[in-house]
Amino acid sequence: MAIKIFIPTALRQYAGGSDAVAVEAATVGEALARLVHAHAPLKKHLYGDDGRLRSFVNVYLNDEDIRYGDGERTALKEGDTLSIIPSIAGGADDAPAPDLSQEELLRYSRHLMLPEVGVDGQKRLKAAKVLLIGAGGLGSPLGLYLAAAGVGRLGLVDFDVVDSSNLQRQIIHGTKDVGRSKLASARERIEDVNPNVAVTTYETRLSSENALDIVADYDIVIDGTDNFPTRYLVNDACVLLEKPNVYGSIFRFEGQASVFATGEGPCYRCLYPEPPPPGLVPSCAEGGVLGVLPGIVGTIQANEAIKLIIGKGEPLIGRLLLFDALKMRFREFRVRRSPECPVCGTNPTITGLIDYEEFCGVPTAAAAPASEGEISVIELKARLDRGESVVLVDVREPYEAQICRIAGARLIPLREVPSRVDELDPAQEIVVHCRTGQRSERAAAFLKDRGFRSVLNLRGGIDAWARDVDPTMPRY
Amino acid sequence: MSGEGRRGIAIGRGEREAMEAHARETYPEECCGILLGSAAAERKVVRSTIAIRNAEEGASRRRRYTISARDMLEAEKEARRVGTEVIGFYHSHPDVPAVPSATDLREATWPALSYVILCVKGGAIDGMRSWTLAEDRSAMNEEPILDAEN
Repeated sequence: MAIKIFIPTALRQYAGGSDAVAVEAATVGEALARLVHAHAPLKKHLYGDDGRLRSFVNVYLNDEDIRYGDGERTALKEGDTLSIIPSIAGGADDAPAPDLSQEELLRYSRHLMLPEVGVDGQKRLKAAKVLLIGAGGLGSPLGLYLAAAGVGRLGLVDFDVVDSSNLQRQIIHGTKDVGRSKLASARERIEDVNPNVAVTTYETRLSSENALDIVADYDIVIDGTDNFPTRYLVNDACVLLEKPNVYGSIFRFEGQASVFATGEGPCYRCLYPEPPPPGLVPSCAEGGVLGVLPGIVGTIQANEAIKLIIGKGEPLIGRLLLFDALKMRFREFRVRRSPECPVCGTNPTITGLIDYEEFCGVPTAAAAPASEGEISVIELKARLDRGESVVLVDVREPYEAQICRIAGARLIPLREVPSRVDELDPAQEIVVHCRTGQRSERAAAFLKDRGFRSVLNLRGGIDAWARDVDPTMPRY
Repeated sequence: MSGEGRRGIAIGRGEREAMEAHARETYPEECCGILLGSAAAERKVVRSTIAIRNAEEGASRRRRYTISARDMLEAEKEARRVGTEVIGFYHSHPDVPAVPSATDLREATWPALSYVILCVKGGAIDGMRSWTLAEDRSAMNEEPILDAEN
């Protein structure tokens, strides 16, 4: 293929003064090889002693960085143009770079022998401060691997206690930790993995009131949360404070990861400007999750955080990675920074933290008890005991009904409700329930739309029933 | 050939003040930017400066700067549009002398380009010096900063 390579002004003196050189080549690598063959003085300014392109040399094929293609193996077409663009870096240097002790030199020896990490990179890791939002499924591998890798300071935010249903995936906690605070359990494990790590814990729910204060002390934030309000909160705080947000999420067999809010790249809102309607996307507690999935996604996040810290490799900026554990397939989508983004766009309308529960349409705790169209488990029990005729509909999945059922409930899984609506009598009073009340809220809304006059959602679902009415019932 | 002929870099008052204001503004973090101008046989002349957002993240902005390839690409386009070329870069050293660090040398690109460093001490400008990479890539050599003639 006949292609043209544009020579930057600063290099023209090594290319006979010309601003462009025509070469015949099939790949980018071949084109560059021919260029430096024809103009030997160029070689040392483009290639290092190791024969690889110098780290600051970027090659654009037409208008696209070849790193987003196949690198130097990217194929060329007739008439393509290549541009050589340097990225410029430097700085006063890490004056007080922390030294590595003899113990650390041994501990990190497998890192130190990697040219991409080396002593410099390991010192950067030691100087780094990383905040983990959540000490659960994603937070477990993140905490363990980042501690092992030698990140100097780890902040952990969580307010939960270890539950036995966590142990299937939250490997930072053990059976002996059930009932303990997740933070206490995670700290103990991290300090065992690497006593050089300083752990700071925040036993609180991350909120609009405290997020900026907590995030400000860190270099990188890693989102290991399981709900939309916190995800938007973490994103906005990161954009406002200019901290990279290493994002990951998991559901059933599928995971996502990306790096947001780096300034050059997009943020979470560029990808998802609006949250999904409440209840549309069930949480892992509602929908389940393969235990190993957070291990995979969390280690991808840890990998990206380490790359950001040592400044090597191609970070997952502007790329959304999708992982399907059943098909064992990774897919990748380009995500562009949106100029219209309300928080990181050209004219941002969000310049401070907002009420994220409201933004995501989550009913607030204060509003819940008065909510119309709901019934509490106590009230339902009383009405059933009085022999009132109430049609109870369970919209959970069949496997859930095998675990526990409320006597007399009719099972119609949520996705079957539209096709089986005729089984129900619009004139009768109907109470719908699921595990915690989210799916049944959608079922109730659907039935009301279809003209059902009296539909009540069982607040707290069968989980509340098991807690408040029938303690012998298994909870899951 | 080139090293002998170019006897320094001429920077006018407006460009000087723009760089100084940028350096004060980002203190205690490093600022960075691109110098557009012309490079004749005798010397380089700065015609304008483009302030660039430091692409480093978080705390490392206090000690490092990065101008992304994307920003460079835009600057090259801008230079072509106004009939100039990229002749160098500037960045600040907060509370550190305006002398190239080991990182500055390691990351230096090509000898024809100027690297202007501003020292900011406690928020105030404390000198500006310019450096170029030696032909054999072994060191950064100082080049005189000249007043732009009007």
